[in-house]
Amino acid sequence: MMDENFKRTILLDHYSHPRNKGLVDDERYKTIHMASDSCIDDIKVQALIEDGTVKDIKFDGVGCTISFASTSIFTDLLKGKKVDEALSLINEYYDMLDEKEYDPDHLEEANAFDTLYRQPNRIKCGTIGIKAMEELIKASIENEK
Amino acid sequence: MFDVNKIREDFPMFKNNKDLIYFDSAATSFKPQCVIDEVVDYYSRKTVNIHRGDYDLSFEVSNEYESAREVAKTFINARSKDEIIFTNGASSSLNLVAYGYGQKFLKEGDVVLSSEAEHASNILPWFKVCEVTGAKIEYIPLKEDGVFDIDLFKKVMHKGVKVVTLAQVSNVLGYILPMKEITAIAHEYGAIVVCDGAQSVPHTKTDVIDSDVDFLAFSGHKMCGPSGVGVLYGKYELLEKMDAFMLGGGSNARFDICGNILLKRPPYKFEAGTPCIEGVLGLKKAMEYLMNIGMDVIEANDKQLVTYLINQLKSLDNVQVYNPHSDCAIATFNFKDIFAQDAATYLNTRNIAVRSGNHCAKILLNVIKASETIRASMYFYNTKEEIDKFIDVCKEVTLDKCIGVFL
Repeated sequence: MMDENFKRTILLDHYSHPRNKGLVDDERYKTIHMASDSCIDDIKVQALIEDGTVKDIKFDGVGCTISFASTSIFTDLLKGKKVDEALSLINEYYDMLDEKEYDPDHLEEANAFDTLYRQPNRIKCGTIGIKAMEELIKASIENEK
Repeated sequence: MFDVNKIREDFPMFKNNKDLIYFDSAATSFKPQCVIDEVVDYYSRKTVNIHRGDYDLSFEVSNEYESAREVAKTFINARSKDEIIFTNGASSSLNLVAYGYGQKFLKEGDVVLSSEAEHASNILPWFKVCEVTGAKIEYIPLKEDGVFDIDLFKKVMHKGVKVVTLAQVSNVLGYILPMKEITAIAHEYGAIVVCDGAQSVPHTKTDVIDSDVDFLAFSGHKMCGPSGVGVLYGKYELLEKMDAFMLGGGSNARFDICGNILLKRPPYKFEAGTPCIEGVLGLKKAMEYLMNIGMDVIEANDKQLVTYLINQLKSLDNVQVYNPHSDCAIATFNFKDIFAQDAATYLNTRNIAVRSGNHCAKILLNVIKASETIRASMYFYNTKEEIDKFIDVCKEVTLDKCIGVFL
């Protein structure tokens, strides 16, 4: 389990200074709009995926601390990764939220959510941006085929 | 004499949730024991269908079902019990008016006039009806603080307006609209008035003869009744003209294989299929329960509670209040620099139930300039002591603590 104060610092930092926030007007980027029906989060995620690599991710919108911090952390985490590596990180993150086995060494700052499972009604917030990234990556794999 | 502690004994939710402070009654209210007993009695002693059963129990339940119409008539002061249609709730009532009346009578270029404070249930059906008929929606602008202004209404009213559709009490701001004045003006222009009473009927005295609205929709579950039941009131001559939204058993008198249908008279032509019988019986008890306390007593008590709550909230440095003059037991606010849902999650850890979000009034949030808010809504069974405890918790809310919930 990650230290509580360390987690607090990470969440506050990413919520107050989100990374990769702000969309670009560039048609090489694919965009997904995630508006959850049961909560307030309304987030757009953009990804530039070329040659099987996540080259860039951006996001913008309105969201709570959990949705903003988790989305921000994952933009950092996935940037520069190969698509299959990125998908496997996303799956490990889901495993963590499901209280299954996972390797904390892989998830870096996303470990800040290692007790989010205690607030089951907020898991959606912790996955809304990541689900968008997952969809964008899977779509890019489909396109390559 | 109104004794809140005695009142609370009527509601088993308090006994079963000792430390809960429930400030979400605008979403749904608690139910008194008499309503619960009535629903249970239907399921345990008199589970039969209404209309046409040639046996004693069906006769008894059919009579009780019809007597609920009589009670609803008295509750809102309608002219006749035949102006009371039982539906599945306010949304279903509002859809019935939009499709049954609007879609039948609106023509291309006609205008439906509404406001920026509307709940989705009172605006989305009209979007759809306008799409089909070629009519269009126009909005009464609100004053800067979200308050309805009769002069602004007069300014945008014109001959092309055929329907004025408004919530008498906004579910976000809790302000009461002057329906009587609005209706008089609308009628001068020949428009009909649809009143969404989902928030007003549970909290204020309703008199459809006095206000002269043409349609009124409300839900049972927000006024101590069961969920899944509601009412549409309509002036009888309008109900005669308008179409049913659903056809089926119970709503027709005759039909033949050529497709000829002879519908029953209102309200029966609108009640196809087996209705929510236990809901209607429970709603009857709920209306009797509320009338026994007195709607004027409830309204005055609401005002006292909400004034106390809002004054306390306004005195806090970490809170911004959006509806300082609320009439109707609804306080809408935010903690400065904290996302509404995060604060609501923290309040939950302190056993306080409030709602965060845009409360289905997505247009209004452009007016009050907040994408989401926290709503604390009360009813006559809430107390000053609960407000005091709530305020003590509000004082200690910080972003750090809200995040702490997740660590």
